[in-house]
Amino acid sequence: MKKIAVIISLLSFYAGYSSWVYTYGTSCSIAMTEEAKQGKLLWQINNCQSCHQLYGLGGYMGPDLTLVTTTKRGGEKYTRGMLLNGGARMPNFHFTGGEADAIIAYLSYVGNTAITITK
Amino acid sequence: MRQHSIAYRFILLGFACLLLSVSFGLTASLQYLFPHFLNEQFSFRNTRPIHVFLAVSWIFACVIGIIYKYIPDVAGRALYSGKLARVHFALQTLTIFIAVSGFCMGYFSGREYLEFPPWVSSLIIVYWLLFAINFLMTIRPKLASAPVYIWSWCTGLLFFFITIIEAHLWLLPYFNDNIIRDLTVQWKANGSMVGAWNMLIYGTAMYAMEQITGDKKMGHQKISFAFYFLGLTNLMFNWGHHTYIVPANPIVKQVAYIISMTELVLLANILWQWKISYKKSGNTSYPLAYRFFKVADTWILLNLILAIAISVPYINQYTHGTQITVAHAMGATIGINTMLLLASVTFIFEEQLHDAAKKSIGIGLTVMHYSLLIFWVSLLGAGITRAIALYEGNYFAQVSRKIMPYLVGFSASGVVLVVGICLIAFSFIKTISEKQLED
Repeated sequence: MKKIAVIISLLSFYAGYSSWVYTYGTSCSIAMTEEAKQGKLLWQINNCQSCHQLYGLGGYMGPDLTLVTTTKRGGEKYTRGMLLNGGARMPNFHFTGGEADAIIAYLSYVGNTAITITK
Repeated sequence: MRQHSIAYRFILLGFACLLLSVSFGLTASLQYLFPHFLNEQFSFRNTRPIHVFLAVSWIFACVIGIIYKYIPDVAGRALYSGKLARVHFALQTLTIFIAVSGFCMGYFSGREYLEFPPWVSSLIIVYWLLFAINFLMTIRPKLASAPVYIWSWCTGLLFFFITIIEAHLWLLPYFNDNIIRDLTVQWKANGSMVGAWNMLIYGTAMYAMEQITGDKKMGHQKISFAFYFLGLTNLMFNWGHHTYIVPANPIVKQVAYIISMTELVLLANILWQWKISYKKSGNTSYPLAYRFFKVADTWILLNLILAIAISVPYINQYTHGTQITVAHAMGATIGINTMLLLASVTFIFEEQLHDAAKKSIGIGLTVMHYSLLIFWVSLLGAGITRAIALYEGNYFAQVSRKIMPYLVGFSASGVVLVVGICLIAFSFIKTISEKQLED
């Protein structure tokens, strides 16, 4: 019976902790714009995370893009150039100008949420 | 033999996935070294998900096959429904085919490790339900008196369902439209899903060890349950060490750090068990299976040290998002998961293996172990170099050049690793196929 009691306790903690993670633990004050949502969709259907990371989640073929549009090294112009033309390692995905703008809007949103890190 | 036919089909399916996975893994590693290789036709965004998906398929197909083999023996009754198991097999094979075809044609969901379109997951859930019905109706577990491996299998099953549903919460705008929530929940689901398959694998390993040693008390000992509950706690709460850099509530990081450090207890236990097992070695009627277990022990030790190190926030700050994370993942999936699965498969077939096959598997194991060591160290070297280069403010192209020698070592040892895997896989495929034909 002790084992049953331990497992029920652990499962209860897990359920409570998960609920907290889904709500207060991950609240974010910055809202995603409609354009950024479009960008996120493009990011996903093109499987960008296979080569790039956001907050360390993703592949290592390309650089982490969490701060790509919000730092001097990258910036929106640089990102747009890469999206429209590809690079030495990155294939040309033939994005339209509107699609590139949407992905930039998404990456800018991600970069803005990282403000606690850059501070 | 005939009553286990479905189990053997799953194991064969697992080996087919393993061989395909390492083939795509080699292609992906070539694309790392030569970025223009197939870059426009079949780029890294195709090869990586195929490699990862097939590696996970190897683990699941093989562990399911082993469990199908063990449960009639454990329960002392025939499998509840052979027909249900055959439908399960057909559905799982079809799902693997659909997902891989989709990756080849460029259909992605863009989610880490679960990159197939979300509707494919509904097929996965259906065949896992069929498996769960067959498992529960055959075992009919009475948990209060059940051995630890039955607890482990039940936990693995339960958490597979929980985590695959959790991994699809992003389909709801509440999760999808908040990057902090989306990433945190994604890590949470993925981390715990790995814990779920570990539970299934460790269950099979514990059952095989009990049979090999003949110690029937092992599965009922308090210490076994203490480590099971420690493992379960880590499954539930340990995932957060992947999210130290995500600006979620700091409590997530604190919980993860505290739980991660409980792994020190596991580490101490492994070191203690090692000391004992060395004294006992050579005293078994399954010497080849025992060798796999001992190699897996080495990898558990190495990976645990690495896991504890990268769970320390100060270290994690530099190592997260580098090849050190890949070393941890590869060390765990190849060094621990694959070695334990091969140990169980060897235990099942050791008495039926010809001498030539035993020799081939023995050589394969040695080749696998040492090439994996070089592979793992190369990844650590690449990760440390990358972390230092990024800290020094190098551009990505400069970082890539600096880590190149390590990636050459990684790819070269990867080729040797594939040779070792092939030696083992083909020996088992031949043996299992011959047995199937005889029946």
